[in-house]
Amino acid sequence: MKLKLRIWRQSDADAKGGMVAYELDQVSEDASFLEMLDVLNERLISEGEDPVAFDHDCREGICGSCSLVIDGQPHGPQAATTTCQLHMRKFKDGDSIDVEPWRAGAFPVIKDLVVDRSAFDAIIQAGGYISAPTGTAPDAHAAPIPKQDADAAFSAAACIGCGACVAACPNGSGMLFMAAKVAHLGLTPQGQPERHTRVLGMVAAHDQAGFGGCTNTGECSAACPKEIGLDVIGRLNRDFRKAATRAA
Amino acid sequence: MSIDFHREGSPVADAKAPAGPIEDRWEKRRFSGRLVNPANRRKLRVIVVGTGLAGASAAATLGELGYRVANYCFQDSARRAHSIAAQGGINAAKNYRNDGDSVHRLFYDTVKGGDFRSRESNVHRLAEVSTEIIDQCVAQGVPFAREYGGLLDNRSFGGAQVSRTFYARGQTGQQLLLGAYQALQRQVAAGTVDLHTRHEMLELVIVEGKARGIVVRDLVTGEISTELADAVVLATGGYGNVYFLSTNAMGCNVTAGWRAHRKGAYFANPCYTQIHPTCIPQSGDHQSKLTLMSESLRNDGRVWVPKQKNDDRHPAEIPEDERDYYLERRYPAFGNLVPRDIASRAAKVVCDEGHGVGPGGLGVYLDFADAIARLGKQAVEAKYGNLFDMYERITGENPYERPMRIYPAVHYTMGGLWVDYDLSSNIPGLFVTGEANFSDHGANRLGASALMQGLSDGYFVLPNTISDYLADGPFPKVDETHEEVVAARREVDERIAFFLGNDGDRTVDSFHRELGKIMWEYCGMERTDEGLRKAIGLIRDLKAEFYKRVKVTGKAGGLNQELEKAGRVADFFELGELMCIDALHRTESCGGHFRAESQTEDGEAKRDDEHFSYVAAWEYGGDEPVLHKESLVFEYVKPTQRSYK
Repeated sequence: MKLKLRIWRQSDADAKGGMVAYELDQVSEDASFLEMLDVLNERLISEGEDPVAFDHDCREGICGSCSLVIDGQPHGPQAATTTCQLHMRKFKDGDSIDVEPWRAGAFPVIKDLVVDRSAFDAIIQAGGYISAPTGTAPDAHAAPIPKQDADAAFSAAACIGCGACVAACPNGSGMLFMAAKVAHLGLTPQGQPERHTRVLGMVAAHDQAGFGGCTNTGECSAACPKEIGLDVIGRLNRDFRKAATRAA
Repeated sequence: MSIDFHREGSPVADAKAPAGPIEDRWEKRRFSGRLVNPANRRKLRVIVVGTGLAGASAAATLGELGYRVANYCFQDSARRAHSIAAQGGINAAKNYRNDGDSVHRLFYDTVKGGDFRSRESNVHRLAEVSTEIIDQCVAQGVPFAREYGGLLDNRSFGGAQVSRTFYARGQTGQQLLLGAYQALQRQVAAGTVDLHTRHEMLELVIVEGKARGIVVRDLVTGEISTELADAVVLATGGYGNVYFLSTNAMGCNVTAGWRAHRKGAYFANPCYTQIHPTCIPQSGDHQSKLTLMSESLRNDGRVWVPKQKNDDRHPAEIPEDERDYYLERRYPAFGNLVPRDIASRAAKVVCDEGHGVGPGGLGVYLDFADAIARLGKQAVEAKYGNLFDMYERITGENPYERPMRIYPAVHYTMGGLWVDYDLSSNIPGLFVTGEANFSDHGANRLGASALMQGLSDGYFVLPNTISDYLADGPFPKVDETHEEVVAARREVDERIAFFLGNDGDRTVDSFHRELGKIMWEYCGMERTDEGLRKAIGLIRDLKAEFYKRVKVTGKAGGLNQELEKAGRVADFFELGELMCIDALHRTESCGGHFRAESQTEDGEAKRDDEHFSYVAAWEYGGDEPVLHKESLVFEYVKPTQRSYK
């Protein structure tokens, strides 16, 4: 395949970036999107140019490192698929493709397509855990969990923390990411004692990190490669309302 | 004495291993090890490199105990370490199924599965601790699969006849890692752990014989700095990426371990690599990595190839009697569930004979038609849906309608830095946990045992054993101006300056690919005396060319991914050479190490216990490494020829 690419290039956090055009020929349709960028980078290096920087690691859709906005869509056109799992057979010969980094106030660009997502870690630090120091656990069967709750907790816990939800949101909100964790932990009996302090702490950290508010547009869930549903946001709101009233 | 690219040194012994009845040894060691008073723990600083299962669990637990922990990872978040990609599950001797499992059986299976090349004491401890891990993870909220009654579900996994594997759909590693990551973040918030993401360890600092710190590069700013402490823990994972194509994440590397090795830490059994039987075959030259399909698929999928050679018919057009279900035929007792090394080699044999399917004939079918007929499509989807979807995304083929094509790929490395029973390397103050050490899996790791070992080391073993060492601390203060610190930093600066200044014309990846091909060809599923000798020559030539021709763009300050890769590939060259030397000296076959010269009449791996019942611990020696042997003693599990027939 032959492709016309326009890629966001920005030499560092303070530099002014811009879209740069590249043409690429003989791209295999069996290559992944990132392998296509590998081929481009090999060429750029041979020509003495700086290769395009992008985050990636497992290339199996689970580590959450990869983070490209492809033709305006986080992770590109294929539903429920991370950029690393997107393959070139989803594009046509002669296509023009725009590649940009996540764009959100809370995710500043570091270089080219690489952004700083440490604000997500800050949200988890503010309560996204169950306090269970090593060695304190009772037997695993001490508290049975109804299968439907366990399955729902798993579905929420499937979040890979990639940040596509934030990139897709017109407000740059981290609500879906945060709510997925609140739902996961809140659905387990072990998560109950800290249920209210958790949601208050996480929401405060979320707002402080510069994420926008949620206005239920639903773009987050549509962009989520793990198909985390909007219902987790309803759950967070319920927990937050209860917790806030109790705290007051 | 110089023999075959190496010299033989004095034997090495595990001085910390307790004697006595095996079931009492861990208890005995915990009691004999010294403790550190809670008030003194905050005066002690421990560096943990890596945030995978073995690193995050260790850092969190040491933080909870009150030590001051500095934790490093090269990823942008601790949650992205490669443990996240483990699919299948985690073993534990809970015997919740009442199917005859016990600590002793898990111990026995692991020693046997490792082809009698691991230490009995270590493996028994691992089996004991396994049950605590499940309790710990459930307490953290890890959403394991459950039955309708609310209790935990179990399945049988890779070579086990009992159902002792706990799992969370096909994402067990992710869920366990998130549990450890959350525990770690809790300690970050509590102020006991300083977490440094996007930092890479590039050198170990040794002062007066003790590991006292590391030199790191901030991958965003390029700044080189030093972290000094009372002890250093490496939880830096395996080295499968020496093959370029493997199921490892792109960033996985051996640099931290290799830098420690160059400073004196022994590297044990480097040739023990695990080739996983169920991966998606390579599709072309652009391929950057290989993707694993969890071997849990072998519970319901049947492996076959066409009986006719070079048969390019659509699989549906090949009638039942023209298919060779070769695992069921050769291993009637275990069938499709034989251990990984056996399944991998069997696939290679049928493909080498010309029965392979797909591009280049490098693939075999994994067929779910029977399972779908027996259980219904819905049940199969509930069990394996995410794996089937992943397969379709990568290959463009629908596995509900057409059998999957699979082929073996490098997946895990059993070798690693040598450690004693306390997980201490031979350098005092340098501890090694998880896949980065060599200790528990012998020559072959059983499925669902990597997660078990990583968490066992990090949550329960290291936090207990490291206190015996730290009881002598705090050690005399070392600062940035100490000559050893200055020297370590200088080495890092010089390496970086070399790469950026080299007037080359070839990319780092082009060298890495070529190295990988040599390793896969000569030090992969089957190794021979002739091939390994050839490989050592090829690697040496390629390494010389690498230093002459490698081209690294960009500058030292700021994010420079080419520079990161160059340093890692440089270390892979040296490791690859050592792997071949190790494989050459071990003329027996065992587990993942198959020497064509040492096989039974049926083509199975043939051990040579008389000459090779030892751990090969290698001391760095440039072109001529020094071999130290640690004898293995089997008191409880009598070595037998493994048989899964």
